[in-house]
Amino acid sequence: MKKVLIIGATSAIAEATARLFAKRGDKLFLLARNTEKLTVIARDLKVRGAKEVFTGSFDALDMEAHAGLLDSAIAQMEGIDTVLIAHGTLPDQKNCEASAAETLSAMNINALSVISLLTHLGNVFEKQGAGSIAVISSVAGDRGRQSNYVYGAAKGTVSIFLQGLRHRLCKAGVHVLTVKPGFVDTPMTAEFPKGPLWAQPDQIASAIFKALEKKKSVIYTPGFWALIMLIVRLVPNWIFHKTKL
Amino acid sequence: MLISGWGRYPSIDAEVSQPRSLSEIKSDISGRDGFRGIARGQGRSYGDSSIANNIISTAHFSRFHDFDAKSGCLSCDAGVSISDILDVFVPKGWFPMVTPGTKYVSVGGAIASDVHGKNHHLVGTFCDHLYSFQIMVANGDVLNCSKSENRDLFIATCGGMGLTGIVLNATFYLQKIKSSFIDETTYKARNLKECFELFEVNAGADYSVAWVDCLQQGDNLGRSLFMLGKHNEQAGLRETSNSGPSIPFNFPNIALNKYSVRLFNQLYYSRVRSKMRERQVHYNPFFYPLDGIRNWNRLYGANGFVQYQFVLPKDAGLVGMTLILEKIAASGAGSFLSVLKAFGKANANLLSFPFEGYTLALDFKVNDKVLNLLNELDAIVSDYGGRVYLTKDARMSEQTFKKGYPKWEEFQKVREKYGAQGVFSSLQSKRLGLG
Repeated sequence: MKKVLIIGATSAIAEATARLFAKRGDKLFLLARNTEKLTVIARDLKVRGAKEVFTGSFDALDMEAHAGLLDSAIAQMEGIDTVLIAHGTLPDQKNCEASAAETLSAMNINALSVISLLTHLGNVFEKQGAGSIAVISSVAGDRGRQSNYVYGAAKGTVSIFLQGLRHRLCKAGVHVLTVKPGFVDTPMTAEFPKGPLWAQPDQIASAIFKALEKKKSVIYTPGFWALIMLIVRLVPNWIFHKTKL
Repeated sequence: MLISGWGRYPSIDAEVSQPRSLSEIKSDISGRDGFRGIARGQGRSYGDSSIANNIISTAHFSRFHDFDAKSGCLSCDAGVSISDILDVFVPKGWFPMVTPGTKYVSVGGAIASDVHGKNHHLVGTFCDHLYSFQIMVANGDVLNCSKSENRDLFIATCGGMGLTGIVLNATFYLQKIKSSFIDETTYKARNLKECFELFEVNAGADYSVAWVDCLQQGDNLGRSLFMLGKHNEQAGLRETSNSGPSIPFNFPNIALNKYSVRLFNQLYYSRVRSKMRERQVHYNPFFYPLDGIRNWNRLYGANGFVQYQFVLPKDAGLVGMTLILEKIAASGAGSFLSVLKAFGKANANLLSFPFEGYTLALDFKVNDKVLNLLNELDAIVSDYGGRVYLTKDARMSEQTFKKGYPKWEEFQKVREKYGAQGVFSSLQSKRLGLG
């Protein structure tokens, strides 16, 4: 039995992962903005075998409240072994190009709010000298592309921050996992036409679950994205600039 | 999007929506003009009962609500599958009261087909253990249904092929088990008569089913393996992986012919060496032998297949079944894994398939010759007072349907009362004259 905090627990990937924690008999604390949906998810996880499920309302942008919220969640669970940070939005790239406010708001929710949480959690985990911190980043953060670079910049920020945090916390015995999913069929991507590269949330969930058990540092999921992103990163600009990626 | 049933015949270009909330379902049904469609869960009905121009998938309705560990009463969304239930509840010592031959059916689908299992002779159908459900009807209202509340809608929806509305969630009972293993006993029956006798003698057995070699004729007509099962009490609640091989592509049409099927059947029958064999097997191979082979429907080639399942009344069983098996054997079009089972008494649900007697299920590769043969079989089934299972059907005539299901008029009245006509319909319901 582990004590797991899930932030952004109504997201499709978080819910699918929570089902695996529940099956193991974990104690769960779920944080999300939509508490009505959270109640329905909590009920499901309880039936699936979670030892106990707590829920709480969470506003990613109310960063001053983060530390208090995290402390109270950890206190209610009487400790913490694992945290999964899964909240986020997919901003409209064109709107962001037209408006600095849109861009900054996308950066706030997808990058700064995560950094705010991680700063506090990093200290908590460092002090206890054990546990796992898993954060859902994205393949989009590996290289800026004209079609999606605001989201990519936010996720890239998170990925680099996690690299540093991992470097710092490994000395304390704390495991930091960066999850880089490719295209996933979730409400966030409902508007996109789906093709063979798309994965279901439960595939991502079982990859996260395994990576936590094996204490991996960075995973691309499904795994073939590691190869795709290797190529995307290596393509020289004179070719890259001719693409519409 | 091209959609078909599990038999992959027929298929239709359909608009599929995947709502995530009640309000999204409501706007799918009533928010736009001209919705004419059907709910779909795992798409495991064989023919055209879950296909229509508009399809509402219950894929995102996959949450459990509540479980009472005293009574075994479970509430969950209609999109939860039997497989999900097994994953969560077998380790805790619970098992569905009734399970069909695949675990990849949704609870909504199990209700719509009022599915039966190898224990029908003792415990009846899935809906016989259904306490209540909630359904969204054509005007978007959500109604509670049980044997005491909105009873007319309850008995029309159980076995009603999704034609009354969208089932949202359900409350039903699981049974307590002490082990995830089954004590299986297999008898070899040389012909149909011996097989029927085994069903008679073993009427008190928990689970029973027979696999029939449909290509045998004369004295060997109906040669079969008769299998009994009961939940083991000691072997523990272990899980095993059920992921065997996958069929990666459509087999060429020629692959399944009467020689290859005859060879398969011979090997399958001969694998059991003695007159009687006892062994302990996990619940997966016992209940879901084909689920271990992913995409097994591709074995039948790109044109797909039809499954044909009928029931004959008990007193007509041996004579009628003999006649039908003779016809199939003579045509040489038989399939592997033809399944014979004795049913117990019927329930009150208007379109539920089972009644007391014998049922046989067979697969056929789709072609004109087979479709003609099935029309001939329909006539025999009708003559003997039997009927054909809607969940397997892709081709039965309106006339055959209405003769086999005499309560269809009462069913239509309930649909009319709840505004279902002209809203909830499938390719099958149109073909059968239900609109």
